[in-house]
Amino acid sequence: MNIQLSRRTFLFASAAVGGGLYLGLSPEKAEAAEAGQLNAWVVIPATGRIRIMASNPEVGQGIRTSLPMVICEELDADWAAVEIVPTLADAKIYGRQVAGGSQAMPTQYEPMRRVGAAARGMILQAASTAWGVPVAELSTDKGHVVHGTKRAPYGQFAAVAAALPAPDAASVAVKDPKAFRLIGSFQPGVNNRAIVAGKQDYGIDAVVPGMLYAAFHKSGVQGAKVKSANLAAIKAMGGVKDAFIVAGTEEYEGLASGVAILADTTWHAERARAALKVEWNDSPAAFQSTATWAKLAADAKGKPAALPIHATGDVSAAMAKATKRVAADYAYPFIPHVPMEPINCTARVDGDKVEIWAPTQNPEPGRAAVAKLLGVPPENVTIHMMRVGGGFGRRLQNDYMVEAAAIAKQAGRPVKLTWTREDDITQDYLRPGGWHYLEAGLDTQGRCIAWDNHFISYGRDGKFARAAGIGPTDFPAGIVEDFRLGATVLPLIHTTGFLRAPSNNAFGFVTQGFIDELAHAAGADPVQFRRDFLGTPRIIGDPKSRGPYNTGRMRAVLDKAAAMAGWGRKLPKRTGLGVAFHFSHLGYFANVIEASVAADGTVKVHKVWVAGDIGRQIVNPAGAMNQVQGSILDALGACMGHEITFADGAIEQRNFGDVPMLRNEQIPPIEVAFLTPDYPVTGLGEPAYPAVAPALANAIFAATGVRLRKLPLDVSLLKA
Amino acid sequence: MKLNINGKSVDVTADPDMPLLWALRDVLGLTGTKFGCGAGFCGACTVQLDGEPVRGCQTPVSAVGTAKITTIEGLSASAWGRKLQDAWLALDVPQCGYCQAGQLLAAEALLRTTPKPTDADIDAAMSGNICRCATYTRIRAAIKQAAAA
Ligand code: FES
Ligand code: FES
Repeated sequence: MNIQLSRRTFLFASAAVGGGLYLGLSPEKAEAAEAGQLNAWVVIPATGRIRIMASNPEVGQGIRTSLPMVICEELDADWAAVEIVPTLADAKIYGRQVAGGSQAMPTQYEPMRRVGAAARGMILQAASTAWGVPVAELSTDKGHVVHGTKRAPYGQFAAVAAALPAPDAASVAVKDPKAFRLIGSFQPGVNNRAIVAGKQDYGIDAVVPGMLYAAFHKSGVQGAKVKSANLAAIKAMGGVKDAFIVAGTEEYEGLASGVAILADTTWHAERARAALKVEWNDSPAAFQSTATWAKLAADAKGKPAALPIHATGDVSAAMAKATKRVAADYAYPFIPHVPMEPINCTARVDGDKVEIWAPTQNPEPGRAAVAKLLGVPPENVTIHMMRVGGGFGRRLQNDYMVEAAAIAKQAGRPVKLTWTREDDITQDYLRPGGWHYLEAGLDTQGRCIAWDNHFISYGRDGKFARAAGIGPTDFPAGIVEDFRLGATVLPLIHTTGFLRAPSNNAFGFVTQGFIDELAHAAGADPVQFRRDFLGTPRIIGDPKSRGPYNTGRMRAVLDKAAAMAGWGRKLPKRTGLGVAFHFSHLGYFANVIEASVAADGTVKVHKVWVAGDIGRQIVNPAGAMNQVQGSILDALGACMGHEITFADGAIEQRNFGDVPMLRNEQIPPIEVAFLTPDYPVTGLGEPAYPAVAPALANAIFAATGVRLRKLPLDVSLLKA
Repeated sequence: MKLNINGKSVDVTADPDMPLLWALRDVLGLTGTKFGCGAGFCGACTVQLDGEPVRGCQTPVSAVGTAKITTIEGLSASAWGRKLQDAWLALDVPQCGYCQAGQLLAAEALLRTTPKPTDADIDAAMSGNICRCATYTRIRAAIKQAAAA
């Protein structure tokens, strides 16, 4: 462990506090520190409001509320009186600044408690000196130091406290969770007041003096480069200030080639774009087509998987011993992110200085890419992490940041680049589609004794594309002893990426649908079959990896959801209950869905029961409930209607008309219960998603006897 | 041309066929009104003309005439608007919050004409507004809470 005790420096690396490394304020920056700055996250001025920094990108997951709550709790300040201040992107000061992987709480909850507690400790020490009483006799309350009847605001001691050496974070004492007053209470988002008044700036609202509004037209076939364009005609159009070809770079996922149009307003740029005529060079991606891939996938069936991934025991021998074998083919499509705020970025390039206003989930890779492209030192790139109008993983990529910087540089003017919804969908980093050719063997007692999965996915040069791979030890590896998982990789060039509960959002459907089939083949109740499948509570996987899961915790959420839904009760005709559970992103979730199917095949979801386990503490029940409801409905909308298809190399869908979003009248009641067993606190952006589609498909099977193995669910197969 | 926006007369220099959305956002700097799809699908751009919710992306600025425009920045001038804002805050409706300007303007028009809305009334009035984060459960609850306030 490396503990540095210079003034205002707050450095620790410790497994005990979550394994993170946090440098509160680096020594080089210390002279820039303000009066009353106790560490990177806490500023206590002599008078006025205490400020707590919100250092993570806010995409609607509520992290600018929940992490400051954690600091405020341990600081013992008054939540109603503190000011929450978003920071710039600066990993050297703030450590991890990523909205992704549901990783903020697992990695930052314990460190942020110590950030708050350490600042409080420094204030107490200063008060102890000022009042001439031992620290042990002092207490705190809502931003005040208290001794007997004496009470003084923190600000009175802050200047002295800020000059004290920062304590060793690993040894800072934190509260007994029983004493929490703020953590665990319902706290609305800190930006809500601005949002309901139309005063909250998102990335798309950034305004820089002298900026132009930019549209950037690219080929739907990624990798195609501009050969020529009618630039003179475009430049002559009303409101257009400039138009030029962006050559683009050669590397995969580098700067795309296209035509930039700069105008007085976004509308002028788009109007001119409609008149744009571009000749494109051929792209190696032109072969991409949904029909071709479907054929390649069908051809791979029955052939050995080209890429062995994981095998234990002897699956062939076990299959041979089985009294019953069940085979099924599952499939799911590419799906898009469609965050509500279209992709955008504002950039200003001034000599070797770059300033970026970006709605990004992951600023540091963007900084690196911009610095590399423009040939400036990374520290010369300032990134304002604007509030983000939805991410869902799309904004973990920073392609738009690179585009804005490149266009601003070429234009010699600041620009705000705004993509249309059509750009957003056709240039998405898609959740990859896939196929699973599954076979399982059951013994005489109906137990699953063999599991074989041939996974068909996408990639380049035989390697999986981003978010197209599969974890070798993902459930149910380790549960079924005779197990085999292999893959065949279909060629793909279009960009793919992480989408809420990446990979799991598809695997949950496959695994929990197939387990349901096994239950029925075994003549067992679907809940009981799953209990038996999980067996005795144990940890499966390497406990030091991110993947291991606890079958006891799976079982607990399964039992809870089943009990909430009244599993086993009698239902009307063509109405069914479906169950599924899934572990991902360190969280355990089980759902039961009640659905009915009309004679014409229309599916109505009557209710969703959700049981979740993300550890011992729900930091902010307000945000937590929002995340669970949002994840459930996100998954429901996607499994009922989202599908991206390709023809002639490009995506065929254009706008919300082709990617139908759930609407108000389609929303079922959702009942949520959190189990809070004594395990570390983990994140909630993702794990509630994966068990939704299978619970619905299983409910549809219970209602109709029709097994839907393909997403989006094709209700035309359900006609009575 | 002159537009009446949130009770004030404002001079605007804009092409007649520029959608009101872009005149508000890029010409007048009223960025509370949001761009979501530009095609009439999502309702993020909802503003009111003489109290009626319309899609700013589908309304040419020349079609506005003397109609009174209400945007999210002017919502609190309405008693229903303030009740809705209070309910939105109390129930923590927003996730990313990007759609909420449109949701609030649609909800205000609903309550002004239908102060005690049924679920079917809410369905009908709010169906045009997508919330990608799916805050629908809370939107419904907050409309009911504002109606009861
Ligand atoms: S932006 Fe106008 S309806 Fe979507
Ligand atoms: S709150 Fe994010 S789109 Fe509605």
